[in-house]
Amino acid sequence: MVRVRIPIALIAGLLFGAGLACSGMSDPTRVRAFLDLFGGRWDPTLAFVMGGAIAPMALAWVIRRRMETPLADSRFSLPDAREITARLIGGSAIFGIGWGIAGLCPGPAIADLAIRPTLAAPFVIAMLAGFAVHRFIDRPKI
Amino acid sequence: MDWTNATPLAALTGGILIGLACAIMLLGLGRIAGVSGLAARAFALSQTGPPWSIAAAFIVGLPFGAGIVNLISGPVIARFPSSPAVVLIGGLLVGFGTRMGSGCTSGHGVCGLSRLSARSIVATLSFVSFGFATVAVMRVLGVLW
Repeated sequence: MVRVRIPIALIAGLLFGAGLACSGMSDPTRVRAFLDLFGGRWDPTLAFVMGGAIAPMALAWVIRRRMETPLADSRFSLPDAREITARLIGGSAIFGIGWGIAGLCPGPAIADLAIRPTLAAPFVIAMLAGFAVHRFIDRPKI
Repeated sequence: MDWTNATPLAALTGGILIGLACAIMLLGLGRIAGVSGLAARAFALSQTGPPWSIAAAFIVGLPFGAGIVNLISGPVIARFPSSPAVVLIGGLLVGFGTRMGSGCTSGHGVCGLSRLSARSIVATLSFVSFGFATVAVMRVLGVLW
């Protein structure tokens, strides 16, 4: 069962990357066109991507309730935090500012390594630096 | 609204593929397909999350999946900001913010919203509204690329 998990994760990553490329979300300019409410040319495409992604996933959550364990592991490892914290809101706000500035979030940035490697790599490296900064300065107090 | 440049059908198709990928992670491995968390794990910058091999396999799949579409359907469009400062500042903020806020567009936006998680709904409202506000401010300042 252990050996089948890696191909499952790889297939999920492949599908996710293919979906990003099909959907237009690998294009930072198109993402920015969604975030640009006041340019007079608002592009709703990203909303269709979210809708398309949420539909099968909502079904998956319904199926999950009838399952004792996932198909290829011994237990579900899902987030159980419920509290709405300042970290959650503030961190997401910082992410939103970066998303607005560059038109990129983590998935499209990594997928774009195959499309525009020389342009995507600097963003991905900066993002990894951001992960590292968080890892060393922002430790949860709990 | 700009319907002439919008591509709703391609967007829905791509979105469904993304949703299927998240469903495979949930039902197959019992995990959230959150790209920021999996990427941090794959690059050894997170102490929590799935085993390294799972995170690394998913993250390697992303560019390969996009690359396959690029080969099959012809060049995928990806128009980047031209300013290195925009790319680097954006990347730093996205990296730091997604870890501090415990997720990004995939973990909170797709997996969390579809689970009706209150935390993810709040997080998504936060990053989408700050995304809107940031682009609006950049437009006012005349620094929109």
